[in-house]
Amino acid sequence: MQFGIFTVGDVTTDPTNGTTPSEYERIKAMVRIALKAEEAGLDVFATGEHHNPPFVPSSPTTMLGYIAARTSKLILSTSTTLITTNDPVKIAEDFAMLQHLADGRVDLMMGRGNTGPVYPWFGQDIRQGIPLAIENYHLLHRLWREDVVDWSGKFRTPLQGFTSTPRPLDGVPPFVWHGSIRSPEIAEQAAYYGDGFFANHIFWPKEHFQALIGLYRERYEHYGHGSADQAIVGLGGQAFIRPRSQDAWNEFRPYFDNAPVYGHGPSLEEFTEQTPLTVGSPQEVIDKTLTFREHFGDYQRQLFLLDHAGLPLKTVLEQLDLLGEQVIPVLRKELDALRPAGVPEAPTHESLKAARDAALV
Amino acid sequence: MKLAVVTAGLSQPSSSRLLADRLASATASALGPTSVSVLELRDIALDVTKNLLTGFPSPALRSAIETVTGADGLIAVTPVFAAGYSGLFKSFFDVLDVDALEGKPVLLGATGGTERHSLVLDYQLRPLFGYLRAVPVATGVYAASSDWGSGEASGALQRRIERAARELAGAMAGQTASPSAGGFVPFEQLLAGAGD
Repeated sequence: MQFGIFTVGDVTTDPTNGTTPSEYERIKAMVRIALKAEEAGLDVFATGEHHNPPFVPSSPTTMLGYIAARTSKLILSTSTTLITTNDPVKIAEDFAMLQHLADGRVDLMMGRGNTGPVYPWFGQDIRQGIPLAIENYHLLHRLWREDVVDWSGKFRTPLQGFTSTPRPLDGVPPFVWHGSIRSPEIAEQAAYYGDGFFANHIFWPKEHFQALIGLYRERYEHYGHGSADQAIVGLGGQAFIRPRSQDAWNEFRPYFDNAPVYGHGPSLEEFTEQTPLTVGSPQEVIDKTLTFREHFGDYQRQLFLLDHAGLPLKTVLEQLDLLGEQVIPVLRKELDALRPAGVPEAPTHESLKAARDAALV
Repeated sequence: MKLAVVTAGLSQPSSSRLLADRLASATASALGPTSVSVLELRDIALDVTKNLLTGFPSPALRSAIETVTGADGLIAVTPVFAAGYSGLFKSFFDVLDVDALEGKPVLLGATGGTERHSLVLDYQLRPLFGYLRAVPVATGVYAASSDWGSGEASGALQRRIERAARELAGAMAGQTASPSAGGFVPFEQLLAGAGD
């Protein structure tokens, strides 16, 4: 079981003191958070990709390359990489490059982004969201697996005898997750290729994602990649932890009440009741997170959102300490013990390379 | 048969609720045994607003939405505020999935202080339910304060109620198509449009 964090990279005013970090401060804070994730024993750091204020992470492989140089175990990922508006040729090259620099500690999550206007900023048509995701990924998949590609499609110029460089490390493409909040087409796409499916999960009730994950598992089996319970599932989660539950509630409430996504709406009590958000002691976070397995089946990757809504860096680093020391070791032990023998771990570069080599023998 | 009634009246008693009850009762009479569920949007107004902010319904709102989507027919009544349907009425239909009312027979009703707003049924409610691919029956019922008076005016209102109720009952009884499920497309079909 992999545990990690995913960040949106928002620049948000701290509602308790009115201070707003500069872009420089926020970018450096994201890096500090990633380094802390490794120190705290987490497995994965994933950054969002956004091209509009108040978000800073427009260039994920630049940031992840810098983090790669300063870490040794952490898997570097995205949440998400825009498969619709990035040229698949450039994605193939950027992430293969990152793979080499990071000694294989790279995977990525495909998504369509959270804002319509991004399409024209990169010369694309928002009405073609799903067709772009389908065609672009199909090309990306080939670019990583075929040394020389002839290709033509609807959304970019044809390729004649094209080789994207560098080739994937050891000839093994990065593992790909597909993230979606509402589109069955994306669950179907992930199942077709035998890739992972990541349900963002946060901010919404579980029922919403049960249907998508159920479809993905069923279709994963249909396409012959394994049984439904062997499909590779990742989930988001959101927590605010303090040793004493009441301290967590008191400290998090002003951030919740003013948060960009859900602020000025439901109460913190309603939101923790209705969504995966957990506010409380390490034990409460453990208990709530264990319910995810009951709702979605055995899964491979759990990412938490910790650094948003204007929470100060110091607080986020303390959250990582609590998560790393008191929450994740227990979850790791419990979930590993519950997982049936046939359910695989999330693929890594090493496991994919071993599987490839085994198939060649 | 299951009949859902949505009324956006805010006062107690509300003339929108009064009209909704009369429409429901006339429809049930025309249909025979009918289970009628009345939703006063006032009771879930905060939940509707929270859904606008978070993108998902509270348990109470989800239950209300399921009542509406699971019914064989719908009566939707709004008061006229500032020359149109009330914001709460529109907000409730804003948070439904776009295909949630597909093919559903709907009787449109509105109430107001004056007859001058009666075309709100045809200029505002009918396009809204057309967008939602619901099937509004031909007769909508608008009731102004003057219609609730005694004598000839209320007799005319009652006749319109009965005509609209007969149309809704007929549409509910004749309804055969069930809403389409899912929108699932196998990947080969998705990929067929992509490059190679």
